[in-house]
Amino acid sequence: MDIFLQAMINGVTLGSIYGLIAIGYTMVFGIIGMVNFAHGDVFMLSAFVALILFLILTQLLGITNVALAFVIVLVGAMAITALWNWAIERVAYRPLRGSFRLAPLISAIGMSIFLSNMVQVIQGPRNKTIPPMFEKNIALTSGGSYDVTLSYKQIVIMVSTTLLMAAFWYLVQKTPLGRAQRACEQDRKMAALLGIDVDRTISLTFVIGAALAAVAGVLYLSYYGVVSFADGFVPGVKAFTAAVLGGIGSLPGAVLGGLLIGLIEVLWSTYVSTDYKDVAAFSILAITLIFMPTGLLGRPEIEKV
Amino acid sequence: MLMDTKTPVPGAASTAARPAPPFDAVAALKSAAFSGAVTLGLGFPLLAYDTHPDISNALVVLPRWSWAIWAAVIVFAGRFIGLMVGARPRAAKRPQQLRVPSRSEGFVKANLAWFAVAALVAFPLVMVGALGANGSLKWINNYGIQILIYVMLGWGLNIVVGLAGLLDLGYVAFYAVGAYSYALLSTTYGLSFWICLPLAGILAAFWGMILGFPVLRLRGDYLAIVTLAFGEIIRIVLINWTDLTNGYAGISAIPRATFFGVPFKDGEGGFADLFGIEYNPIQRTIFLFYVILALALLTNAVTLRLRRLPVGRAWEALREDEIACRSLGINTVNTKLTAFALGAMFGGFAGSFFAVRQAFVSPESFTFIESATILAIVVLGGMGSQIGVALAATVLIGGTELLRELDFLKRIFGDGFDPVQYRMLIFGGGMVLMMIWRPRGIIATRSPSIFLKERKAISGDMVKEGHG
Repeated sequence: MDIFLQAMINGVTLGSIYGLIAIGYTMVFGIIGMVNFAHGDVFMLSAFVALILFLILTQLLGITNVALAFVIVLVGAMAITALWNWAIERVAYRPLRGSFRLAPLISAIGMSIFLSNMVQVIQGPRNKTIPPMFEKNIALTSGGSYDVTLSYKQIVIMVSTTLLMAAFWYLVQKTPLGRAQRACEQDRKMAALLGIDVDRTISLTFVIGAALAAVAGVLYLSYYGVVSFADGFVPGVKAFTAAVLGGIGSLPGAVLGGLLIGLIEVLWSTYVSTDYKDVAAFSILAITLIFMPTGLLGRPEIEKV
Repeated sequence: MLMDTKTPVPGAASTAARPAPPFDAVAALKSAAFSGAVTLGLGFPLLAYDTHPDISNALVVLPRWSWAIWAAVIVFAGRFIGLMVGARPRAAKRPQQLRVPSRSEGFVKANLAWFAVAALVAFPLVMVGALGANGSLKWINNYGIQILIYVMLGWGLNIVVGLAGLLDLGYVAFYAVGAYSYALLSTTYGLSFWICLPLAGILAAFWGMILGFPVLRLRGDYLAIVTLAFGEIIRIVLINWTDLTNGYAGISAIPRATFFGVPFKDGEGGFADLFGIEYNPIQRTIFLFYVILALALLTNAVTLRLRRLPVGRAWEALREDEIACRSLGINTVNTKLTAFALGAMFGGFAGSFFAVRQAFVSPESFTFIESATILAIVVLGGMGSQIGVALAATVLIGGTELLRELDFLKRIFGDGFDPVQYRMLIFGGGMVLMMIWRPRGIIATRSPSIFLKERKAISGDMVKEGHG
């Protein structure tokens, strides 16, 4: 039971990270119907940006207050990653709007290869580790055969995820930008006729998606303390799985899917096999798409001749 | 971020259409300055600071502003020049004259494929003649065989993606099945390459059906992602099922290729001894070259033949419109499965060839990047075009091999500069540029396999859904 509780805590932590990345996939798919293959690499890039910012703050500027450093890193990484995704959309996807359906997907695959190799070339192929930001643990149970702990970094992850999700939800539901976004999602041509700048809205969608991916990147870095240029692919596919499981195009679905994938992955590694934990996630992806293509909260897609 | 320069901007596109607009230098400078500033922002932490471990293995950060500034300057200049070139009035298109092809030209054109085959057959012999046995090894092995493997894989995937219109991102799984089939069958049961080759093909086709069956209801992007997941699952199983596959370490000491049972070895009973010539290791390489050439040509011949058979026509019909296909009574499940299985079979052949050539297989060779490479070849070739795929494989694989030759760049950029590490970077960037510049691939026209009265080449744009 103690082990199960610990697995649940770890699973929710991991699931929060996947959920944050999944929102980027699901929003882009909702608005332009494209699988943004490079999103996982944008996440990896944000973790690198966070790593360098953290080192600059602690080594060159001498900031010792961890909470202050964390907030600056978070905001800085969000801004820079958002700029990156804005540029990527501008260069690699916007010229392809109106091209054939697979063109953006292939362009995104190219972008994904480009980003991971760019980071490899300019920052080196080795794993980058940083000293842990938050070290303390809280023991939830003690005296038993196994102590369930909740670490400070897990608390930070859960709290930041919840806060940002709330802010994001407010943005999409209550602001003019969110309204424009939802309008473009329903019918891009009609939205344009009603005076919405569709290109700008799509750009902003990429910017928001990247900012959330950057939050995931910062949290990932603070949780594991290590990142390498190849770390974008597998979390990217898992987050995509989360988006599909929750119903692609649905924002609450992405969060739900992320939490489920995180829980399944941790429970699978705890009780079945660590080696095959990725197989679990990939199998869920395949099974969901085959038997339940609309996911848990998605709308059915009607195919017309 | 050199790609900034190639982005067609709305301004440039519209000015090109109007007659000779004046070049607005101030606007271009502004735009270029903006691009440069964005690049500087993008490069701020990643380019401008270097991180590397110190003696105690803790990361230290060092400023490296020159990189970021250079990147910004290059983007600025590139953007400005791009705008300048884009704004230049283009010469009006001359009306196309009707050209009557001369006799000899017609003959060359009609038999282009045969000339290419003849050139390929002569290639290793010419290379050996020109460069000697040692000098030609690199050309036959790294260029000839390597490119032909990818031509074959491209043609195999072309059946699935180009003809049947099913986007498969996990093609490398079948390549892996073929390679491990040969590796395991030959090391465990001592079977020879020529027995294992068809077995590997059959096993891969079988896997193609197993994986294909559940996913065929899916369309487009979803199919792509599920095949990607399957490809990854197979790779993870290969890594973790250590009893069978020896995990990351892979299977080594796989028996080498023999000349139909006659080994390539020095001395009694070897290939050289049998034919009474002097032994040289290049003989095996040349033999392998002809084997992969024959396999690739077999793939091509089967594809071309199948396109004329009902099943091939059903593939192309399916690619164009699945619903129309179904209403005309075509069994879409069988049609898709045959495409999947055939594509997988050729992947399996190529895989078992790969194993016999390397004499070593490990899961490292079957990553997603391989699938992406093969898909890039098919897409750049202009999905569905056989010649296009061959050209794309030559350009992509030959081009990346050529990077190894660029040693002179070390003299310009210093010893730390290794062109090979930019291989995948250029590859990824090239994929993006290709989609922007020529999304229809190198060969952008299609001549239909069946036609009414006359054969008309149509633009790739006419092919629906873009699977064409």
